[in-house]
Amino acid sequence: MAQQVKVYSVPTCPWCRRTKQFLDDNKIPYQDLNVASDQDARDEMVTKTEQLAVPVVDIDGDISVGFDEKWLRQKLNLAK
Amino acid sequence: MYDLMIIGGGPSGMTAAVYAARKRLNTLLLSKDLGGQVNWTLGIENYMGYQFIEGPELMQKFEEQVKKFPLDVKIGQGVSSLAQISGGFETRADGGETYQAKAAIIATGKRPRPLNVPGEEKLRGRGLTYCAICDGPLFAGMKVAVIGGGNSALEAADDMVKIADHVYLVSLTPLTGDQILIDKVKGANNLTVFLEHEVLEIAGEKFVGGIRIRDLKSRQERELQVSGVFVEIGLIPNSELTKGIIAVNRLGEIEVNCANETGMPGLFAAGDVTNVPEKQIVVAAGEGAKAALQAHRYLQRLSE
Repeated sequence: MAQQVKVYSVPTCPWCRRTKQFLDDNKIPYQDLNVASDQDARDEMVTKTEQLAVPVVDIDGDISVGFDEKWLRQKLNLAK
Repeated sequence: MYDLMIIGGGPSGMTAAVYAARKRLNTLLLSKDLGGQVNWTLGIENYMGYQFIEGPELMQKFEEQVKKFPLDVKIGQGVSSLAQISGGFETRADGGETYQAKAAIIATGKRPRPLNVPGEEKLRGRGLTYCAICDGPLFAGMKVAVIGGGNSALEAADDMVKIADHVYLVSLTPLTGDQILIDKVKGANNLTVFLEHEVLEIAGEKFVGGIRIRDLKSRQERELQVSGVFVEIGLIPNSELTKGIIAVNRLGEIEVNCANETGMPGLFAAGDVTNVPEKQIVVAAGEGAKAALQAHRYLQRLSE
């Protein structure tokens, strides 16, 4: 089954863009949640992470804050 | 033992690494991350060759270029100490590993200056941020405080008045930023400015709930209910590593001459951590190139 990937981000944040670029480059489909305009997504992110930094990536319930290429590669089984 | 170790992986360290590799120096690049401060820069319009590029993208390009060369690159390693040893230098990384090289370049850059008040550590990333451009939009419709009176603080305030419910600008001094920015910000009707006020505390349990400030003259204290605090009070050089070994100026910057020499043979420094005037990406990159070429020259003399 395909992995469920969610990215909580804001449009201005450089690391958010880099995270999404990484997923795009690796052809990983993901749900893009703009926590600046989507209050429910913001609340969901805060509940999950108890913090307010972006980007947050959720892969099947496992959470990473920030752009962590190593973690993403590992979780998504991508070759280094 | 390496010929050269470069500590720091921002524009200066990465440029030094490329120059060192092209001189066939056996080189180690040690850094917490690649890109440094530039990773937190939104748009860059003055790095030649690009009319506009985002910080992380420019740093990705630097990184690709570094990785084309046969260098040892160790990322995720902060360096906790540097010492002179027989025939060169030794560093200890945060993980405890030690590395030796005949020459070293310090290119550790700067970091945001903290407020050093109660609550700051605990609430970092929980409403307290040092990167308004990154996290600002998270606070749309809320009350926020921007701390500082220079250009970065004014830019943050200007961004936030457009989206926040109310913005408090708290500065220890009169506003020191560019007049054009001051005029822009002061026109906003959802902005309150507290000049010559100090921040005493960031309050909140799980998340920021407010700040306590004090008027420097009247000593009157005041509490502001805010959900976000943006700290924009400048940068401090990451020069602790060389404390007691080489000279720093009153700002804590490593003093170098125009050849990036620190006064200790074999030890060079480059970029924002040094006293070089103008902290700019293009300047830092150029300084990194100079430092690597000087280190190469030093190593040549050493082997003669």
